[in-house]
Amino acid sequence: MKKFSVPALFIFIAVGTVVAAHFEMIDLYVQTIIMFIGVNIILSSSFNIINGYMGEFACGHAGFMAVGAYVTSILNVMFFTSNKTFGDPILSPELALWFFPVTMIIGGIAAAITGVLVAIPSFKTRDDYLAIITLAANFIIVSLFINMDTLGGPRGFMGMKQVLFAMEDVVFIPWMLIWTFTFTYLVVFLIRRFVSSTYGKGIIAIHQDEIAAEIMSVNTDKMKLVAFMFSSGLAGIAGGLFAHILGYINPNSFNILKSTECLVMVYLGGMGSLSGSIIAAILFTLLIEMLRFIIPAADTLLHFIPLIPDTFHLSQVLKWVIIPFILVILMQFRPEGIMGNRELSDFFPKLKKYYEFK
Amino acid sequence: MFDSIIQNIFNALQWGSFYSLIALGYTLVYGVLRLINFAHGDIFMVGAYIAYFIAIFFFKGSPALSGTTTLALVIPLTMILTAVFGVTLERIAYRPLRRKGANRLYVVITALMCGLILENGNLAFLGASRKSFPELIDKVVYNFGMISMTNLKIGVILSSIIVYFILNTIISKTKIGMAMRGISYDKFAIPLMGIPIDTIIVVTFILGSSLAGLAGILFAMSYPILDPFMGAIIGWKAFIAAVVGGIGDIKGAFVGGFLLGIVEILVVAVFPSTFRDLIAFSILLMILVIKPTGLFGVAKSTKI
Repeated sequence: MKKFSVPALFIFIAVGTVVAAHFEMIDLYVQTIIMFIGVNIILSSSFNIINGYMGEFACGHAGFMAVGAYVTSILNVMFFTSNKTFGDPILSPELALWFFPVTMIIGGIAAAITGVLVAIPSFKTRDDYLAIITLAANFIIVSLFINMDTLGGPRGFMGMKQVLFAMEDVVFIPWMLIWTFTFTYLVVFLIRRFVSSTYGKGIIAIHQDEIAAEIMSVNTDKMKLVAFMFSSGLAGIAGGLFAHILGYINPNSFNILKSTECLVMVYLGGMGSLSGSIIAAILFTLLIEMLRFIIPAADTLLHFIPLIPDTFHLSQVLKWVIIPFILVILMQFRPEGIMGNRELSDFFPKLKKYYEFK
Repeated sequence: MFDSIIQNIFNALQWGSFYSLIALGYTLVYGVLRLINFAHGDIFMVGAYIAYFIAIFFFKGSPALSGTTTLALVIPLTMILTAVFGVTLERIAYRPLRRKGANRLYVVITALMCGLILENGNLAFLGASRKSFPELIDKVVYNFGMISMTNLKIGVILSSIIVYFILNTIISKTKIGMAMRGISYDKFAIPLMGIPIDTIIVVTFILGSSLAGLAGILFAMSYPILDPFMGAIIGWKAFIAAVVGGIGDIKGAFVGGFLLGIVEILVVAVFPSTFRDLIAFSILLMILVIKPTGLFGVAKSTKI
């Protein structure tokens, strides 16, 4: 019974949301937020493999996301829609439905290969140099896409909405919501399986003590490679979903600021805590969206009580002051993040009676 | 052909001067605290804005001062105020963490977040309109054959070189410099020798931030459009330059900054300008792969 409680809860939420979305009980805005929560969960939990479980400091997650986003979008647009650059669809658009997960995984594989390319030079280097290499990789990848004029260059790449319409022509249900739920669950499940397996525990061993891990027959180089590959591959999947949710991608939406968002989520949730990452991703997304309404409200309130001059208005940018500020405060008083390196069931031991997620 | 190469190298030296000045600040803090001060690029931005407000105050004020007098006031005032700003940041954000003995990673994240707060706080409170820096000194163009150089460019290059030599003297000759090197060598033995570690750290931040302030003034004078995110990109790049030179080493940061400047300008001279980041960073990655500790760095094996 315990084994099924988490999947059952998840399926209940997912089916509930999809049904509600299908009968238009929740509007598009709420749906988009839910989908972004899914994408952010994938991003933060996959980033947690390197920055949390392995304890390294990489800061270029958005680059791998960009690779996944571009590869998936290009494949889908090329195969299933008629587009200026790629001409008529190669396969019948109805097949988009079946091949969507395949392209998503191909995007993930492409991102994973990029991850390996980045990880190999990082073996020779140590500590802070990994930060540099990933940072430079992020710059390089974004710059590479800016320079690809066939893909729109800095103007961005679009046409993913047509893929979505092709899927909806077959069966009219909110497909993107379904895919986001599916992939989010799969990714979280995969990561959980991976880090709790004997093989994956090597990553945590590297975090504790690299030399000791090597003595205990953990092949540290290979383990780092695998962790990097896994993490960047999953980021690629997140990128693919992101591209299809928005229907439009732009190289600059994968710049260093996006990577910083990933960092915020990981450290907000806690290094090496999967449930922490999930909670942080949900909180982070909701916080950003809530601030969208709170800031104008605060603005009117402050003008109501004449505290600030009439010409000055609180701008939406303020949310990017508030969120880092929260993290600074968090680092001062609870530096291990919301969950530390513990899972939800370690926090509330009574929950162990009700669920088991391994 | 030869002229254009010389001209480009000259431009590259000017561009590299900014990177060098910022990279010196990164490397100073890193050398003493082993902390990547990610907010340093934004301290540079704050320096440029402080310079802007001081320049406007004196240059456009009621008894308007002449351009040169303003500049003579702007340089020391900006450097002092930026140093005060950097020390304040250290006081309120980094020191409490250091006192608690927190993991180095948490300090790095705090620095990253402080940088974001500065950028976006600036954008939120000063508005999105870009500020244009007043022209304080008259532009004089010297022509040597086909090569043209302005007095400003020469000033930028010269000041970065002079600053480097002053800094080098401070680090290698004075007692404070010795204490700084001592801290980076052994953080635990130094307090036992009766050296006030906090004072030395404050001095480090004063040096680093005032250099960033100077870079801010020079940058604002050379490219007189200020925007809140100007520090972010240059800061990240200067950080990479510092690493390529071998972070923690003054000479490395200086050379690395110029190297990055030269690579960027030469790339732009040959390829379309959009390729700048791509090729510059690829070359820097290549250097790191061949020489993982950077050009002048010494290998140390600790995890961040």
